[in-house]
Amino acid sequence: MSTILPLTGNESGAEVMRQIAPDVVAAYPITPQTELMHRFADYVADGKVPTELILVESEHSAMSACVGASAAGARVMTATSSQGMALMWEILYIAAALRLPIVMPLVNRSLSAPINIHCDHSDSMGARDTGWLQLYCENCQEIYDTGIQAMKIAENKDVLLPVMVCYDGFILSHTVERVELLEDHEVKGFIGEHIADHPLLDVDNPVTYGPLDLQDFYFEHKRQEAEAMRNAKPVVLQVAEEYEVLSGRKYGLFEEYFSKDAEYIMVCLGSAAGTAKAAVDELRAAGENVGLLKLRVFRPFPAEELVAALADAKRIAVMDRADGVNSIGGPVFSEIRAALYGRSSAKISNYIYGLGGRDIDIEMMKSVFQDMKDGKYAEEAFYLGVRE
Amino acid sequence: MAIKLKELSHKKDLLAPGHRCCAGCGSILSVKEVMMAVDGPVVVSFATGCLEVATTIFPYTAWRVPYIHCAFENSASVMSGVEAAYQSLKKQGKIDKEIKFIAFGGDGGTYDIGLQALSGAMERGHDMLYVCYDNEAYMNTGIQRSSSTPRAAATSTSPAGTVLPGKTQFRKDLTKIMAAHGIPYVAQATPDRWRDLISKVKKALEIKGPKFINILSSCFRGWRCAPEKSIEVTKLAVQTRFWPLYEVEYGKWKLNYKPKEYVPIEEWLKTQRRFQHVLKPENKPLLEEIQKNVDQRWEELLQLCGESSPEVTPGN
Amino acid sequence: MPEKGWKELPIGGKILDAGNSIEYETGSWRTFRPVVDKKKCINCLRCWLLCPDSSIFVEDEKVMGYDYAYCKGCGICAEMCPVDAIEMVLETEKDTVEADERGIKVVQEEDPETG
Repeated sequence: MSTILPLTGNESGAEVMRQIAPDVVAAYPITPQTELMHRFADYVADGKVPTELILVESEHSAMSACVGASAAGARVMTATSSQGMALMWEILYIAAALRLPIVMPLVNRSLSAPINIHCDHSDSMGARDTGWLQLYCENCQEIYDTGIQAMKIAENKDVLLPVMVCYDGFILSHTVERVELLEDHEVKGFIGEHIADHPLLDVDNPVTYGPLDLQDFYFEHKRQEAEAMRNAKPVVLQVAEEYEVLSGRKYGLFEEYFSKDAEYIMVCLGSAAGTAKAAVDELRAAGENVGLLKLRVFRPFPAEELVAALADAKRIAVMDRADGVNSIGGPVFSEIRAALYGRSSAKISNYIYGLGGRDIDIEMMKSVFQDMKDGKYAEEAFYLGVRE
Repeated sequence: MAIKLKELSHKKDLLAPGHRCCAGCGSILSVKEVMMAVDGPVVVSFATGCLEVATTIFPYTAWRVPYIHCAFENSASVMSGVEAAYQSLKKQGKIDKEIKFIAFGGDGGTYDIGLQALSGAMERGHDMLYVCYDNEAYMNTGIQRSSSTPRAAATSTSPAGTVLPGKTQFRKDLTKIMAAHGIPYVAQATPDRWRDLISKVKKALEIKGPKFINILSSCFRGWRCAPEKSIEVTKLAVQTRFWPLYEVEYGKWKLNYKPKEYVPIEEWLKTQRRFQHVLKPENKPLLEEIQKNVDQRWEELLQLCGESSPEVTPGN
Repeated sequence: MPEKGWKELPIGGKILDAGNSIEYETGSWRTFRPVVDKKKCINCLRCWLLCPDSSIFVEDEKVMGYDYAYCKGCGICAEMCPVDAIEMVLETEKDTVEADERGIKVVQEEDPETG
């Protein structure tokens, strides 16, 4: 059984929250995340969820309250964007290191300055090494499906790490699409009851969270965290399999769109992958040997699987919607090139595109494939769509 | 509510020995007295600072109650989350115990970097008590000035030099700021007046909603006095009216102690070497300025408390 | 004692053994040790309340000496004692004072002639 609704990305995110019905949500307004919280606040106001909604005075306090609530033993969610997550930064690391399974839709938006409310991935990419899992969505259906899966992944006892569900601001957050929803009871059954690991509210078994950890133990605790991120990879796949049984929709670490036999492969994540698919369709129809690898799971980074999937490519173009501002290239590019080092003879080029919400269209995507075919290559990133 | 030490001595200490606070730490005594007022289950949160560091060095914890430290500026917002989790789980019938919540922070974590989080938590009305152990500087990082540091106090970032005589500003009156939030209970206390302190905490914990207690807590390292004087030194802060003991209950201001004699602020400053330069003859105008400020704040407080003005004239 | 490896420790840096700081004895920090004269002591328990290290034994509402395993020798107890019953003695000269292992001064028999 399923319900089909026309929903924006933010409304899909709000449906995820309604069906998960977290014990606590702490949030602060920021464009373009706002509508998600408006809708969820309606659910709280109408008593459709038992959630305590903490309307904090900053994102720093939003994440801090999430840490407190999760450590207390609650199932916890929040949502933010851009500057909001930048303000959370300090606590992102703490949430992960304290091993708290918080789920956070992150509505991708560029970072100041100059101030801009539109989509790019500089917010989430900056937080790529905070210890959070990062799952990227192409469309509103994926926002819904990924949000539900995220809670189950985060709470897996071999993981116990927070998860960011990243989706493009405005491009997805404010765009209405057809979204197929599971029934409430199906979601409840899928995610199961929340069982906290040594919660604070178990007052008969007092536990200390967040002690000073010096040279003799800090390293061991960080090693545990690294292991949890490694464990997350098979868990993501296992949860995706279970979700497929329930919904009929298939998810993996990435999606191979005509890339298995392609000579020229583009690697892309987020909503631009949809545009890239249209470009691939046109070029394939014209007999070109091109394909797309849409990355879904950026943390944990599926290096081994990517190496296998890209093994036969002649040329690879990696698309980054965030600049590293480092004279090397974007973050996705750095990871892909590092993963392929010594294991592929393909030339790998990097394209920075779409900063501050700059549009990317099918023609631009096709031009990237054309560049690969033409052998256009540079050590430094190409800027796609910027005025010279 | 008469507090008797003999009765308290039967209670289990919620804070175990073996912690690494300095010998003679005045601040842990404030915390210890607060915890003595607690009956029944409690969850504690701490801002980064001396007490957080010294009571929980992995793999050891001095806490016999559930405890969380997250970061420096968010003891109040972390506790907001803990309390909200409690309310939610209770509402859903997943928990049935009555639990109290106490968030602690030093003056750095409360007056300065944590003020926004504290203000937010109080405004939202969480059922929690926030306790500031105010030792008037960033002691954990090496005695840097905070907005609670008194005028003229020498700290490592406001040293008494040849041009600048210690901190150039007067201290922020945080207790009044908290009272302006209109929360049910706000109070000032010192560990020296333990009966007053413990009764205030007991009273606060009986009240539903957000509560704030500011406790002047010495740090002999920063205040530059002898460790054994850690408690004694806060006594004179009360006698000189630098740190009045008062409470604001549902908007009603009440002075808890009115010193019988006028003791000049100099008597308190004398006890701590962080003020030694103030007592030099050439700094007499500075001393007068400090006294004037103390008198003015005391006058304002008396008015708020509906007390008559003192009959004595200010100054020596 | 060999410390545990990362696979054996509880995750997230949590400490599950509440109050286990008692395994960490701080008595070696002490330069001066308090000793109490029970003839003077009025059992007001102020020292017990104001000991930062919870190192004063109280049994049946009476001061029963010091827990030297933790007492750091700060001297607050002696300073705050209203009847001057507590003396701070240099650790190196502790043998000059006759006291039991909990720091209770051994009561001198009063001379019936002069006492």
